[in-house]
Order: sequence, then structure tokens, then C-alpha cells
Amino acid sequence: MPLPSPFHSRTSPLCTSLQWKEWGGYHAVCSYGTSHEPEYVALRHSAGLIDVSPLFKYEISGPDAARFLARVTVRDVTKLKVGRMSYLCWCDDDGQVVDDGTVARLGDEHFRLTAAEPSLSWLEGLRRGFAVSIEDSSVSLGTLALQGPSAREILRPIVDTDIDALRFFGILRCRLTGIDIWLSRTGYTGDLGYEIWIPRENAEAAYDAVLSAGEHLGLLAVGLDAMDVSRIEAGFIMNGVDYYSANHCLTDERKASPWELGLGWTVNLDREPFVGQAALRRLKETGEGRRLVGLNADWDEIKAIFEAYSLPPEVPTAAWRDGRPVYDESNRWIGQATSGAWSPILKANLALAQIDKAFAEPGTRVRFEITAEYHRHTVTATVTPMPFFNPPRKRA
Amino acid sequence: MPKTYDAVIIGGGHNGLVCAAYLARAGQDVLVLERRHVLGGAAVTEELYPGFHFSVCSYVVSLLRPSIIRDLELARHGLDLIPLETSFSPLPDDRGLCRWPDSGQNRREIARFSPHDADLYPEFGLTMTKLARFSRRIIDEPAPDPTSFRLPDLRHLLQLGRSMMESGEEEMFLQLKLLTMSAADFLDMWFESDVLKATMAVSGIIGTFLGVRSPGTAYVLLHHYMGEIDVAFRSWGYSRGGAGQISMACARAAESLGTEIRTEAGVDHVRLRNGRATGVVLENGDEISAQRVISSCDPNRTFLGLVGEDNLDDDFVRQIRRYKLRGSSGKVNLAVDRLPQFHGRKGTAHLRGDIAVAPSLDYLEHAYDEAKYGSFSQRPYLNVVIPSILDPTVAPPGKHIISIFVQYAPYHLKEGPEAWPSQREAFGDAVVSTLAEYCPGLEESILYRQVLTPWDLEKEFGLTEGNIFQGELSLEQLLFQRPAAGWAKYRTPIHDLWMCGSGTHPGGGIMGASGQLAARGILGSRK
Repeated sequence: MPLPSPFHSRTSPLCTSLQWKEWGGYHAVCSYGTSHEPEYVALRHSAGLIDVSPLFKYEISGPDAARFLARVTVRDVTKLKVGRMSYLCWCDDDGQVVDDGTVARLGDEHFRLTAAEPSLSWLEGLRRGFAVSIEDSSVSLGTLALQGPSAREILRPIVDTDIDALRFFGILRCRLTGIDIWLSRTGYTGDLGYEIWIPRENAEAAYDAVLSAGEHLGLLAVGLDAMDVSRIEAGFIMNGVDYYSANHCLTDERKASPWELGLGWTVNLDREPFVGQAALRRLKETGEGRRLVGLNADWDEIKAIFEAYSLPPEVPTAAWRDGRPVYDESNRWIGQATSGAWSPILKANLALAQIDKAFAEPGTRVRFEITAEYHRHTVTATVTPMPFFNPPRKRA
Repeated sequence: MPKTYDAVIIGGGHNGLVCAAYLARAGQDVLVLERRHVLGGAAVTEELYPGFHFSVCSYVVSLLRPSIIRDLELARHGLDLIPLETSFSPLPDDRGLCRWPDSGQNRREIARFSPHDADLYPEFGLTMTKLARFSRRIIDEPAPDPTSFRLPDLRHLLQLGRSMMESGEEEMFLQLKLLTMSAADFLDMWFESDVLKATMAVSGIIGTFLGVRSPGTAYVLLHHYMGEIDVAFRSWGYSRGGAGQISMACARAAESLGTEIRTEAGVDHVRLRNGRATGVVLENGDEISAQRVISSCDPNRTFLGLVGEDNLDDDFVRQIRRYKLRGSSGKVNLAVDRLPQFHGRKGTAHLRGDIAVAPSLDYLEHAYDEAKYGSFSQRPYLNVVIPSILDPTVAPPGKHIISIFVQYAPYHLKEGPEAWPSQREAFGDAVVSTLAEYCPGLEESILYRQVLTPWDLEKEFGLTEGNIFQGELSLEQLLFQRPAAGWAKYRTPIHDLWMCGSGTHPGGGIMGASGQLAARGILGSRK
């Protein structure tokens, strides 16, 4: 049975729709109202407050902390400066992705790793010979994502730090209405946003402070449904949806390398040995496998298909995550679309897909399956550079 | 040798800019001339009071054609539409009716007034959606002229006829009822609760000089079910940053395709040589040469102002003179220091859409009665939106913008339209005190007030007689008769002079269809 998150006493009365789901062992709100649309609008036009506490969090500390994380993950974490964060993934010996997340350097010898899945045993299994301690802080820390164009103005009056000095992927320690927190300039919506890391005992007070600071700036409590649409617009993959951890796959076909997930840019090959290095070197050289691409389905074709049934065209009302086949123009299977959404802000029918790399160039036309009136059809989709939505304020 | 453009477009409103973008996309060298210092025409955002960005005239969008958004990549150029979620109709007592996107909640809300209406409401929606499917075919194509006997016209008419036949007998009868009945009578066939009928009937009268009991007003009810934002046939939307952002997105699209745009470049008249338009003469005397001149101004201004009746034949001049503009609405924009609190409701959920002061059909008809005899309504119909709730960029934190569309404010006051400046503030007072009856404390919260009468809309925005649609959306002025019989395909009696404003088919609202279809006509003619 899922547990309540540290913010449950606050999110529960706001969730008038009673739409919850299980996430990482916790109760998580799908959408607070019966429709997630106002929450999506808040994320893109004012701000949304998302309880992301179910993320797994690990405190890695000790003299070898940096070297240890550089060994475990594909990035050279030793180069990360204090007060900075980095997005990365980690792989098994075959160079297949186990999970993805962020690393924050909180001190010379203190890092925080986030993960989508429980990772303690994976980390423990690799620590021999390193002077580090690994502490699971998943339960002791509550995490809030404050995302959207108003996020900075909401925080400005309630934090005791120069909010403008906190740059994209920066993290610092400060007080929020007197509560000690970690504040990072990160998020999963591809917009201006922050994540707030709060000791469990102060979680509710911090939640109240942020919500009331945002009252006049259009802040809404936002659930996972709205976040899912925004993360697809941002081109962010999700473990368990767009790929499966190599540790859970029965077949090799299911596994994916960093390049197959668009994470090749996170891989630093030429350095001290790390897990999967040799295999990754080979994978990079051969370039084998699929490629993650963004797809934009042709609207006029969709419209024509529905019109043939005398129906107005339909768009998915929420993000979908049931995989769908992708074909080339002669209807040969070339891969799968793993999640997608109608983007209200881009007015486009988007999907994330892993397809044969011969078709991965932007502008390439492929075919994508849709269903209309219980009939299967395919429509043209164009390979589109990601992020689909990438406003300048994201990095500002 | 001064440059000769392929096309010069008079007026930098959304239709002029859409037309320009389509022409530029086809490789034409286009110049857009705007008289004011800002682009947008009636779809404009202005910071009238420090920190408050007002959608001065037009304030909501529904029918902006999705094909335009895609063709011109308007999302990439900054178009960002936020759906209006609710429709709230306050009453003088604590009840009020709010319509929600959640069908269960909607049902409960309507059932407080009539359980019968609550059950019928979705059924009504389905029927209207079916009817709207037919009408939607009309707005995406130039109006076919049944008298022309030209092949494309006949083919289009045949298609329309066929899709009407396919819709079945019952729907056809209903379609005819819709075309001929009044909004009030049509709604009486379905519903019994006055507040529901009143709040629905108003969409039939917006921008017309007709009352809810005037025949022909039922047709416009359909517009509510034709709106397409994210393909849902319901939505009204609000543009982030105000209505001007729609125009700015069109302008950026046009510029990215090579269009040149000049502001503070008012056109004095269209230059004619041997019956052809060869360019324009600006108010400052400059002459600009072009292969084609395209006016996005209303028909009256275009022909009687920019061309001059001496250059047109008498019959055409008579038609244009008869074209009904007679503006009937005004606008009051408020900057307030707190969120308005309506009787009996807390929070903001019911304010995230439009708010209609239309408590009963009789109230609306009374408002019309006053206007018929040349006075503004003392208790008018108000359509209110508070965009700053959805879009915090338009007002400082905690402060809000209240945009109030007001009907009736007849252009032709019994003292004559020139009496408007002396009645402007009295009109503004009537509007504010009307709203304050539902919203106590409103008066004290006002930081700034702008009152726009039809006279102001004419003088400032060039909308003749202050008509927001560049001509009434009444049946006799739609389709192949908009703006004049025989001249509904964007051409004019003057060679190389074209029209692309709301005064042409399909007209009205921030649709952009007139600009798009005009460009299509122009490009098709160039062989």
C-alpha cells in the first residue's frame, strides 16, 4: 500500500478530484481538479507546485565521494563544482542504461544523487574500495518542484538569498521563511523553475509558505498529469515509460544505451575507468542501435482520417504512454513511440520515439499509428529536433 | 526609380498581417502600413496604466483558424492561447450560475435552477455541435455565389448541399430554424430557466444592433460551438500577453517571411490610374507604388474614404452606403487593486473564464429597448474577463485587469454620434455601477478606468460607426453578400484593389480567415 508523502496533509484536501496514483511507493496526485488542463496552463503561464518527494534520493559523502560517483555514472563528476548540479545516467557493464537522474555537489565531499528507482543496492554493490558513505534520504527529505514563468517572483520575497544569482542547474542552501532548505534551479518541465529540498519535519510549513506566496501570481498545485504533458514538450524521457532499466529487462532488445535515449551527450568516455566504459566506447564507435527522436504528427492527415468517420479530429486529452509502432514510408516497422501528448502551447501532436537510426535526421518523414473510431491508421510524422518547447526563460 | 511592391496592405490588424504573411510566403514583396503607433488594429495590447497591459478592444479568441496557426507557425512566433475554463453568470442575489468544463459539476449547477435543463444541456450541446460541423465548412472557404453559375461556385454549393442532405431531415429543419429564429425563441424550445437562457442567448447579439428576441439572432449561437482551440469545439481562449500578442505573432511570422511593416504610416487615399489601383498616398504625402493594393479597413472606409465615391459607380456606392455598420457596443477597461468578489462565491475558480451580466432575457431586451431609441443601456449586458488571473504578466502581483465588453452603446445616439464624448463618463459610470451590483466594493478598487464608446472605436481604431466586426454579422450581410452582392470574393470594382478585413466573408472575431482567404484569392488570380 502506498504511503503518504511529507506533504500529504496539504495536497490531500486540495485534490478535489480524488485522482491519485502510486509513484515510488507513495500516493501521488494525478490531477487536483477533474481536468489537468488548468494545471498545465499554470505550469506554462504562471506557476505550478508539484510534490516530487517520491523521487529516490541518496546522500553520497566522504573523501572519495566524487571519485565514486564518477565510477558509477557516465559523467566525470569530479569536475562538478560545489553548488552545481548535473543531469546524467548510469549503465551496467554492457553500457545499457540502468537509471537516469541528477547529481548535486552540495559540498567538497557531499553529493546528492536522485533516481527514478530504488538504487541503494546498486550503489552499495559498487562502493568497495571507496571511502564513502551512502545514505538513503528519500524518506527524510521532501521535495517540491516550483515550475513556471512566475516561479522566481514567487520565491523572491520568501527566501533569504539573492534568487537572481542562482543560475540554471545551480543549487544552494538558504532559508525559506526561516526554514533551512536546499534550493536548486532545476526541474522536469523544461521551463523556468526550482526544486526545493526540505527536511521532512518542516515540509508542511514550507508548502504553506510557497503556496501563499504564489497566491497572487497564479500558482496552482499541479499533479503528475500536467507535468507529464510538459515533460514531453521538454523532450525529457522517463524511466519505466520511454525505456526500461537494464536491470529489469528480460531481453537485450528492451535495453537501451545512452545514445539510444538521447543521452549520449552525458557520456564522458576518456577518463578513469567507470562502469560500462569499454562497452560504451565500442557502442560509440559502431554507432549501433536505435535513436531517440521527437515526432510531430501531421495534423491535416489526422483531420482527414476523422472526417472520413464524420467526426471532428480528436487529440489525446492527456499524455499517453502505451507504446505505438512507427513505420517507414513503405510501412516497414522501424521502432516505437513510447509516449506522447497534444501540446496546447505548440498546437502539435507530439511523441517521443526510438527508431532505426537511418530515420533519425530531423525532417525525415515516418509513419505513426493512430486509432480513429476503433480503426487503425497511420499518419505522417516528421522527425523534429528536441526539446520541442524550449523557451529562453528556461535557462534565464 | 522608387520601388514598386508586389502588394501594399492598408492596416496592420490581424487580418492585414495574416494576408501579408501568406503573400510573402508565396514569394511576394509585401508592405504593410499601419496608421497607429502599434500594430494589431482592434487586436491590440497597450500599457495604458503603468504595469497594466490591456487588450484594449478585442479580448477573447475562439475562431482563429487552426490552419493559419500551423501554416504561419504562429506558436513559434509567440502565439500562446490559454483556454477560458468557465462561464459565470452572477445574479443580484447569492445564487448565480456557473458553467464548468466538468460535466457533473455543470449538471449540479444548472439543476439548482432546473433539473430538466440540467439533463437537456448536454443534448443541446451535441445538437449544436452537429449543426456547427456544417457551418464550419463555410468559414474555411470563400463564400460560393449562387448567382455566378461559375463551376467552382457550383461545385462548392453542391458540396454544401450534399453535406446538408447527409445531415438528415431533422437536422436540416433545425438548421433552418436556426437561420430564422431569435436566440430567445430558439432556446425556449429547449430550456426553461431564465438565467441559463439569458447567458446563452447573449452570444446571438454580441456586436449586432439586435435584441435577443430579434429574428436571425439564433444563428450566431452556433459560433459558440464552432470555436476550435485544441480542436475542442467549445473553447474560448485568451491570448497570453493580451490580444495584441496574436497580432504580434502574425507580424513576426510575416516579417520572418520578408514582409516590411511600417507603423505611424496612415494612408490618405488609394492612388488610381485609368481605373486601376497603382499604390497609395500617405497622409504625409509620400507615394508608394504597388502592383496591388489590399485594404483591411472596413468597406465604408475603404470605398467612401480611401477610394472616393467619385471613382465608383453609383449602384456600388449605394450598396456600400446601405451596408450596416451601426456599432452597438463599447468597452470599459479597469485596473483594480484587488480581485473582485462576487456575491455568494469565494476563490477564483469561477473567475477563470468569462463573466456575463445577463440575469434574464427581459433584462437583455430592456437593454436593447433603450438602444433602439438612441440611448445607451442604463443596465447593459456585460461580458467581463479578468485575464490577469490566468496570465500574471498583464498586471502587477495581486492587482488585476477587468475587461468589460458592454452592449448596448448605439453609435447613433438620439443627440447624434458626436454627442458621445459628452456622454462617455456617464456611460462608464453606468457600466461600473451595473457590475458593482454583483460585485460589491468594485468602485473602491479601481485604479484606472478607460471608457471606449463606439465614437472612440471609430476615431481611434478606424472602425466606422464603431462596429467591432467591420459590419454587422446579420444574415443579409453574410456569405456572398459580404460586403456587397457580387463582391464577396475579396475583389473590388477597382482593378488591383482587394479587401481582406472582417468586412469580407467570413468576417468577425479574431479568425484571420478573411486575411487568409483574401491572400488565396489574390494568389489564384495572378496567372
